[in-house]
Amino acid sequence: MTKSFISVTNVSKFFGEFQALKNVSLDIELGQKVVICGPSGSGKSTLIRCLNQLEQHQSGTIAIDGVQIDSSPVARDALRNNVGMVFQQFNLFPHLSILDNLTLGPMRARGMTREQAVELATYYLDRVKIPEQMDKFPNQLSGGQQQRVAIARALCMEPKIMLFDEPTSALDPEMIAEVLEVIEELAESGMTMICVTHEMGFAQHVADQMVFMDHGEIVEMAPPKDFFSKPKSKRCQLFLQQILRH
Amino acid sequence: MLISRIGSLLPACMRRLAPLVIAAFALTGCTANWGWYVVNPTTASGQRNLWFLIDGLYYTIALSVTAILISVIVGLIIALPGLSKRRTPRAINRVYVELVRAVPILVLILWVYYGLPQVADISISVFWAGVLALAISDSAFQAEIFRAGIQSIDRGQYEASQSISLNYRDTMRFVILPQAIKRILPALGNQLVYMLKMSSLVSVIGMQELTRRANELVVTEYRPLEIYTILVLEYLVLILLVSFAVRWLENRMMAGDTR
Repeated sequence: MTKSFISVTNVSKFFGEFQALKNVSLDIELGQKVVICGPSGSGKSTLIRCLNQLEQHQSGTIAIDGVQIDSSPVARDALRNNVGMVFQQFNLFPHLSILDNLTLGPMRARGMTREQAVELATYYLDRVKIPEQMDKFPNQLSGGQQQRVAIARALCMEPKIMLFDEPTSALDPEMIAEVLEVIEELAESGMTMICVTHEMGFAQHVADQMVFMDHGEIVEMAPPKDFFSKPKSKRCQLFLQQILRH
Repeated sequence: MLISRIGSLLPACMRRLAPLVIAAFALTGCTANWGWYVVNPTTASGQRNLWFLIDGLYYTIALSVTAILISVIVGLIIALPGLSKRRTPRAINRVYVELVRAVPILVLILWVYYGLPQVADISISVFWAGVLALAISDSAFQAEIFRAGIQSIDRGQYEASQSISLNYRDTMRFVILPQAIKRILPALGNQLVYMLKMSSLVSVIGMQELTRRANELVVTEYRPLEIYTILVLEYLVLILLVSFAVRWLENRMMAGDTR
């Protein structure tokens, strides 16, 4: 029935009384790059956190590669093989070296030997352009470097989809570009990605689908060309005005 | 390397102790009631008495260290259900902690030594009765320390672990506990000091540790003032040394990263 790689159907999520997601539906194909934007508290982060079950939705269905995503072991396997995530606050493991940050997942969850994991980690550190930092600890790196390590850590699980939860929001302005560049290269390599961000220039460049959310609903969904030039809804127009004014 | 480092610490803390020792002996000049002959190291009997007292150190340390090792493990096992989202495991944690904390250590020692063998139909040595009582009593505090330490770790660390598909055990073992233990190390050091002091209570069931030795010598020599003064100094030296060792270990672990 569901042909899309990721299929979100009528998903609702409550935090106590507050409804963070209201009947959200969204289909994403393999290879697509989706950028989600919207005011804070609109449910963007909640949506992608439901996709890898950092939050559990209360109603509706999420399916990835045909597997129902819930708290079952089958779903956990599907998530492990398919979905990587990058956080706003990086969430690197501060007590482990960069190399150990990267090899932990492959060794413990994918059953790799240390040699295999190190080889993999070296490859991805190279791709995020910090091969020389692997013996340092996270807090010895700049914010931009830390976020690139976090991207490499997620890539070491070799996922089919990458989720980015405001990857540049915690960064100093001069470090945003280096992180976006890495994400762009990843996009060009064909990685499926869903990115929550306020970086509209980046979105315009990378996305093939823009999603605008407000008050827990998807208000507008369009390719970036249409989305930025002729937004249909009032709320989206207002949002774009405010965010693009500067 | 470890030994040489501790060696270099020793003179430093001994220097700090020196004024205390001098003060203690200076007090002896104030009154005619002191009779240091009882532990005078230049006489044969004094030397024998002194060694008799110091010999108790072995059991004081053996008791405390064994008990704290057990209580750390039990404490961790009790702490984990306390962090569960479900109610039943949390309740188990609460009941254990509240019950054990409510029993005075001395009462627990007496009960384990005199009561437990009858209830469980086992024989238990003085040493293991002491270890068991101290460990149980301390485990409730350890559980609370672990719980606080684990709860202080940022939620993002769990989420990152989940995002690279670590299961609960690996998340705890490789991500959460290494960070939590570093944070609770000062509290664990405090517990060790506390345990060294509380081990003196095991003297009531006949354990030949520092306090028991002192009591026995007082009975034969009738010099409580001098003998108990030595006892105070013994604990003082022991505990200051432990404090220094813990601080040294803390600094060393902090040097591992610059967090």
